Amino acid sequence: MAESTMKPPKKALSPVKWMREHLFSTWYNALLTLAVGYLLVTSVGPLLNWLLFEANFQGQDASDCTGAGACWLFISQRLNFFIYGFYPDELQWRVDAMFLLLAIAFVPQFIERFPGRKWLGIFGMTGLPIIGYFLIPGGTFGLEVVESTKWGGLMLTLILAYIGILASLPIGILLALGRRSEMPIIRGLSVVFIEVWRAVPLITVLFMASVMLPLFLPEGVNFEKLARALIGITLWQSAYMAEVIRGGLQAIPRGQYEAADALGLGYWRKMGLVILPQALKMVIPGIVNTFISLFKDTTLVLIIGLFDVLGTVQSTVTDPAWQNVAIEGYVFVAFCFWVFCFGISRYSQNLERKLDTGHKT
Amino acid sequence: MARKLLKAYVSKNQLMFGEKTMRKTKSIALGIALAVGTFTASGAMAATTLENVKEKGHLQCGVTTGLPGFSQPDEKGNWTGIDVDTCRAVAAAIFGDASAVEFTPLTAKERFTALQSGEIDMLSRNTTWTLTRDASLGLNFAGVNYYDGQGFLINKDIGVDDALQLDGASICIQAGTTTELNLSDYFRAKGMEFKPIVFDTSEQTVQGFSAGRCDVLTSDRSQLAALRSKLSDPSAAKILPNTISKEPLGPVVRQGDDQWFNIVKWVLSVQINAEELGVTSANADDMLKSDNPNIQRLLGTDGDMGAKLGLPDDFGHKVVKLVGNYGEMYDRNVGPDTPLGLDRGINALWTDGGIMYAPPVR
Repeated sequence: MAESTMKPPKKALSPVKWMREHLFSTWYNALLTLAVGYLLVTSVGPLLNWLLFEANFQGQDASDCTGAGACWLFISQRLNFFIYGFYPDELQWRVDAMFLLLAIAFVPQFIERFPGRKWLGIFGMTGLPIIGYFLIPGGTFGLEVVESTKWGGLMLTLILAYIGILASLPIGILLALGRRSEMPIIRGLSVVFIEVWRAVPLITVLFMASVMLPLFLPEGVNFEKLARALIGITLWQSAYMAEVIRGGLQAIPRGQYEAADALGLGYWRKMGLVILPQALKMVIPGIVNTFISLFKDTTLVLIIGLFDVLGTVQSTVTDPAWQNVAIEGYVFVAFCFWVFCFGISRYSQNLERKLDTGHKT
Repeated sequence: MARKLLKAYVSKNQLMFGEKTMRKTKSIALGIALAVGTFTASGAMAATTLENVKEKGHLQCGVTTGLPGFSQPDEKGNWTGIDVDTCRAVAAAIFGDASAVEFTPLTAKERFTALQSGEIDMLSRNTTWTLTRDASLGLNFAGVNYYDGQGFLINKDIGVDDALQLDGASICIQAGTTTELNLSDYFRAKGMEFKPIVFDTSEQTVQGFSAGRCDVLTSDRSQLAALRSKLSDPSAAKILPNTISKEPLGPVVRQGDDQWFNIVKWVLSVQINAEELGVTSANADDMLKSDNPNIQRLLGTDGDMGAKLGLPDDFGHKVVKLVGNYGEMYDRNVGPDTPLGLDRGINALWTDGGIMYAPPVR
């Protein structure tokens, strides 16, 4: 009797025991541990030295980069250019305001129980783009016009990705529904659209938009290059999105469709109230995956001469006044992308947990 | 049912064939439209380029996406470089304001389309003047603002003093440039062999050379000095004296608007003439009182040179005062005191042993 009430041995081991169990359980594990440990010790130290301890943060110009480490001075000196591109200094408050609104709309999404975060999210997807549409290019409400050729840097990357993501989701949903529609013309058009756009590399789309399209337009009709690229990216992305969502639609059991029919719901209410909420929830990982890849694909606008964050860095690392700042530049770009992509990914995991209603296992 | 299917199949096939022939005629039509389009593009337009530019209030100028000394954004995002100054000079001539110009960064592939389609008013993008480009693209080259040529950067260890000793060398090149073509032309003409090692961007090419992937790096001479300064040990490399190709670089305009062509051509000529006559941005105002008739015509105190081009008569004064003469433009962007550190060489005036020669303003 007394034995049966005894608690199981504690799993919390002393560090030595934990190491023996997890790192040195057999002779080959011990060898691997030692090898990996050696690699970590020899690489992390120099890496940190380069990144932080021996790096140069302060100074005026290239001659102040005397330490052996990275020359972050190059980045800090050009940060303004990397973030805003050619946007005029005195008007940058407009971009800052958009950054702030973007943060207000989306940062609370990571905090459970933040008051009104749902409304902030909805604002981020409706009000924010409308404000941006008036604020960034100017021309209305007495705001000075800033042509899109002056947009650049991180701001341009975010504009491309944000509009691409925002526009491709609804278009993708419509295309996915169209492809599963019973009306032959709608189905046919959806299939053709999806298959054509999905079968073409994004680079080709961008080249067509920037090199071929202007030749076919009448003289004087000049679509902005940015608008052309944006339309190309959005259409291309919608085709991918449609296929991801179609995957979700196909995974919904037939019974759900029949149940909705039995309730007497029409097509749009059936889809909007019964099918899509389940289907979209199921393909969140796929949708987010597409978002993240779009975010990174925006760098391809580099090849049509638009200066996104990578473009601004790439155009200045060749500056002969600075020695070998290419690595610093690319590390900076990688960091920018990592921050945003990791953010999107964390948010989606958050969303998945919250929406989990126990279909899995 | 089966018949229905068959019928559908047949009609589908017909559709496909119909589509194919249609596509063919369409592509021919497009080809013609393209060819004709470039011809008539500006001719059919009601307004001239100059009128358009004046109405817009600024000049739209195509530049590179970042090439040291020619066109590159500085830390504040302002474009600098000799190609950029060439555009600023034209803006100064038209508006009397060197900042009335907007820059469109263009890749090598899209530069000519951008000009043909009217997206930009002039192209000043490190572009080599060749027969094919001049004759078949519906463009006109308005002069030369830099005489470049292709050269070699070698590792001193291989002990070579002349390009003719490079038989069998491994050579780092950047892909997709005319450099690649010039190189194989040169080696074939001399009956020599080489092993090309191709990289995508200029930094990668330098890194490859630096890491010992190749003994030789080839590029335009204007870039070799800058590339050399990026090496971890610049003293271990040297530039060979040979120049294996001619690369006259200059501004380009659309064909079919001779007035605009003349404006761009003569603004550059004015800058070269100004250097020859000793007029600089610093003394341009004093020179207005000069007795030399050549200077008077250049600065517009005598004659109506500007009116003949559709410009204000003092356009020469504005160009030199706001942007400078050719020598100033050269020294500021690529000269010995800049990181590129290029001597004038053949870009010196004809009076100084170079080939920079402009027709007279009279």
